[in-house]
Amino acid sequence: MEKIWLIIKREFITRVRKKSFLVTTLLVPLAFAAMIIVPILLATSSSEHKLIAVVDNSQLFENKFPDSKGVYFKYLHQQNIDSLKQHYEELGYEGVLYIPEFDINRPSGFEFYSSGQASVTMESSINSDINSIIEKKRMELQGIDQSKLDGIKSDVEVTFKNGKEGKKGSSWVAYGVGYASGFIIYFILLLFGTSVMRGVMEEKVSRIAEVMISSVKPFQLMMGKIIGIAAVGLLQFLIWGVLITAIYSLIPLFVSPESMQAAAQGSQAMSQSEQAEVVRRISEVVGSIQWSLLLPCFVLYFLGGYLFYSSLYAAIGSLANEDAADIQQLTIPVTVPIIIGIMIMMKAVHDPTSSLAVWGSIIPFTSPMVMMARLPYGVPGTVPYWQLGLSFVFLIGGFMTTTWAAGRIYRTGILMYGKKITLKEAMKWVVRKP
Amino acid sequence: MNLLEVKHLKKHYATHKAVDDVSFDIQQGSIFGLLGPNGAGKTTLLRMITGIFYPDEGQILFNGKKFDPENDVRHIGYMPEERGLYKKMMVGEQTLYLAQLKGVPKKEAVEKIKYWFDKFDINSWYNKRIDELSKGMQQKVQFISTILHQPKLLILDEPFSGLDPINSNLIKQEIFHLSQQGTTIIFSTHRMEQVEEICDHILLINKGHKILDGSVKQIQQDFKQGLFKIGLGTMPNPAQMATYHFTIVQTHDKAFTVKMNEDSTTNDILLHFIRQDIPVTYFEEILPSINEVFITQVQQTENSRNNVAAAPLT
Repeated sequence: MEKIWLIIKREFITRVRKKSFLVTTLLVPLAFAAMIIVPILLATSSSEHKLIAVVDNSQLFENKFPDSKGVYFKYLHQQNIDSLKQHYEELGYEGVLYIPEFDINRPSGFEFYSSGQASVTMESSINSDINSIIEKKRMELQGIDQSKLDGIKSDVEVTFKNGKEGKKGSSWVAYGVGYASGFIIYFILLLFGTSVMRGVMEEKVSRIAEVMISSVKPFQLMMGKIIGIAAVGLLQFLIWGVLITAIYSLIPLFVSPESMQAAAQGSQAMSQSEQAEVVRRISEVVGSIQWSLLLPCFVLYFLGGYLFYSSLYAAIGSLANEDAADIQQLTIPVTVPIIIGIMIMMKAVHDPTSSLAVWGSIIPFTSPMVMMARLPYGVPGTVPYWQLGLSFVFLIGGFMTTTWAAGRIYRTGILMYGKKITLKEAMKWVVRKP
Repeated sequence: MNLLEVKHLKKHYATHKAVDDVSFDIQQGSIFGLLGPNGAGKTTLLRMITGIFYPDEGQILFNGKKFDPENDVRHIGYMPEERGLYKKMMVGEQTLYLAQLKGVPKKEAVEKIKYWFDKFDINSWYNKRIDELSKGMQQKVQFISTILHQPKLLILDEPFSGLDPINSNLIKQEIFHLSQQGTTIIFSTHRMEQVEEICDHILLINKGHKILDGSVKQIQQDFKQGLFKIGLGTMPNPAQMATYHFTIVQTHDKAFTVKMNEDSTTNDILLHFIRQDIPVTYFEEILPSINEVFITQVQQTENSRNNVAAAPLT
């Protein structure tokens, strides 16, 4: 027991001390922060004035274009459009919008001149502005009152409730939470699994393995590495969690609230009551997720799935030789089930009760990912207790089997030098007596 | 007293018998040579003694009791042929780690490391990474980490491979020193000249079988062929050399190598020269080198096996 603790400690310390650990641990939250801050800053910085000249021969659009997001309109009269086309930049305009006289029933001939391509947002906003102004004009001509029309429009939203508990649920929140947790587990399995594999390969290729195994049991060496790397991962997640929370709470210091609002809501300002409504609904749907069940399940599926796959990766690593290309081929049988798992997971978030999703969440090769996609839809509503229980039992049985089998392959493989080992051969070691 | 007793040890792989019914004893404090050509089963045998492999059959007694890998490995230091260290670890923490895994408490391990690093004059390496050291330097660190926990049984598999003569000698002196202090040493190699120099006792195996087992002196006696070298003041003419007692095998400058007749004695040979008034300057027995014994024995077992295999065809 003391020996395995020493091994875990070494695996942990040597990894945490590496520069690459420090870099990834700090860079990920920074990248995360950049993802949030940069668009806001961009949105804010576009408040540099863009002045658009409007030559309106139809007299319909005078002072009708809304100035927003740093785009302003100036209405010019009796201007020669041809000379303006040539000189608009010298006059300080970003572009020229030319509106000819047109038939209200067949509007055409609208033109916009600018140097280079106009931006997509500018294009779409000018288009929609023109269209809504024309629509308004047509309604006037047809004698339709704007207030009447607003009265006709409907904005009903059905409240979806969980039948048995009568609790309010929201499928899009379940979808988002399920998708995210399924994906995180997928990344953990691949990333940490290959990390374990590379650690084992290093031990074999540097020829320390036999020295170690004359002091500790191969199984202790393997499990020490697996647990040590898991600890590094957990620490990293913890730091990320803390840093991301910190950055989130620090964002308002860097970015003014107005610009944040502007970035979040675009040109349409929300009224106070609308904002309150949004906040209420968010807290309601966040509350609809069974966090007290989901979080422990996430940890259990993370650990179970990690133990299940990392021991297999360790076994593959023990088959390595100096030729690194061989290992690529050997990892395929371990990587493919993980990829199948993420594919089933993507189906399962759409349809969590389909038989594919149910069986995918029970079979331990895919259950860590698929079950995490189903759980946010509710227990026992979407996932009955027996399915969750069966999934756990299979996962525990599964990782006990894989660590046992991997231990047997590892024990032989780690001492085998100068020979290319096939998977078929390695499978024989599992059943052979030690 | 025997530190290690190996009885009828067998280990079979799917395709061949790596170790097939091998028995031997190793006396406490002796240096025991384990010899054999490549693929003879040396490494498999050592891995069973170090608890890495379980024997299929047979028994190992360590210190008079049944070998218990779990507890007894702390009394064994093993430097395998395929050896190495964690390349990215510091020399100091690496040796400390390996000592702790053998059950040495940290404080004691640190003291021991200091002692050995002083002795080998490598204190300045303490905070160097292993991959900054030359191959020979790494071997020194490897040797220290093998003996740091003061093993009762030290197993060295080709310990001098990759070492220059100076470091070889350093390690060799250390092996003698440890042996004098009571450490039992198994020394596995196929370099015969080292065996004669270092070992008290040898075991020769080939293709999993024990071929020969005994003290180096005894084996040389057993395999001597009655060869003597006799130095002479003046070379006699061939006519003077006709005798029943010996035949000349080789003529040197003022010396002969002779093979003694089985019935004769060394005095018969000397008398032959003295009677003819040929001055004898020296007279010595030529003992077979372990290398010669090794080669003839390995070839013999190979031939006898080939004959058996070929027998049905004739």
